[in-house]
Amino acid sequence: MGLRADMHEHALDNIKFIRSTMENATAFTALPGYGMAVVGLSALVAAWLSGRTQTDEGWLAVWTAEGMAAILLGFLAMIFKAGQSGMSLLSQPARRFALGFAPPLLAGAALTAAAARVNHYGEVPGMWLLLYGAGVSTGGTFSVKAVPIMGLCFMALGAIALFLPYEFRNLILGLGFGGFHLGFGLWIARKHGG
Amino acid sequence: MAVRGNAVRMIEPAMNLDQLIHERVRLGIVSALAASKSLTFGELKEILELTDGNLSIHARKLEDAGYVSVRKYFEGRRPQTAYELTAVGRKAFEKYVNHMEALIRAMKPKEK
Repeated sequence: MGLRADMHEHALDNIKFIRSTMENATAFTALPGYGMAVVGLSALVAAWLSGRTQTDEGWLAVWTAEGMAAILLGFLAMIFKAGQSGMSLLSQPARRFALGFAPPLLAGAALTAAAARVNHYGEVPGMWLLLYGAGVSTGGTFSVKAVPIMGLCFMALGAIALFLPYEFRNLILGLGFGGFHLGFGLWIARKHGG
Repeated sequence: MAVRGNAVRMIEPAMNLDQLIHERVRLGIVSALAASKSLTFGELKEILELTDGNLSIHARKLEDAGYVSVRKYFEGRRPQTAYELTAVGRKAFEKYVNHMEALIRAMKPKEK
């Protein structure tokens, strides 16, 4: 009876090891590179559109819509790539990414609402880039090296944006959310299978 | 512990296990490559937390058996080595996982 239980435990241990190794390997590649590049393209469109708005409220509406579209596009791309590799979106690496990524984003949403309430938009682009970068860096700690590096690039750009004149806001957001997503997305797609 | 050792010794011949994959490090390499199309030497080292020497030795054994294929290339000026699971390796891995699952079902301790 003891031997039977031990053989069962040994086989179970092996399967757990296989599963966790596969999950860790998937964390390296589950990030949708092409999806990220599409998000970058949508951000470039948003940067162009927001440059044509006349009011701060209109500018904020364009970027809020872009944020929602980006989240939706990113989520769909993750589902697609996870499906291709046969992994669940509820796997441990995916949960770990979400837990690291979501809090700075939620903080950004609350701070944006507070800034909009008092019509204070000057630091909003820098704050978005900083918080988004923080989320990408912490969420992507266990992913391919490109991900935390991308997070740090966002944070650096965010820090610079805080000290740039207000007129540069669309350029800096286009460079960050557009350029970085496009560049890093294509890099990840080329090196990590899509 | 002695009982556990006996169990491990009994499993292998009883299930006709593929010894090449049954070894922990090689099982890790094959599992990681089963989940990902291609991984570089550096990525495998990081995922499995292995030393260069340890990974090289075990990857070579899998390569010699035709379970993994190796591609060497340059990224800029830096040489890179990428590994992929071959069709033979994938089949062997699936067979191993099926063996383990069958064992789990067959050896499930009975309720008292």
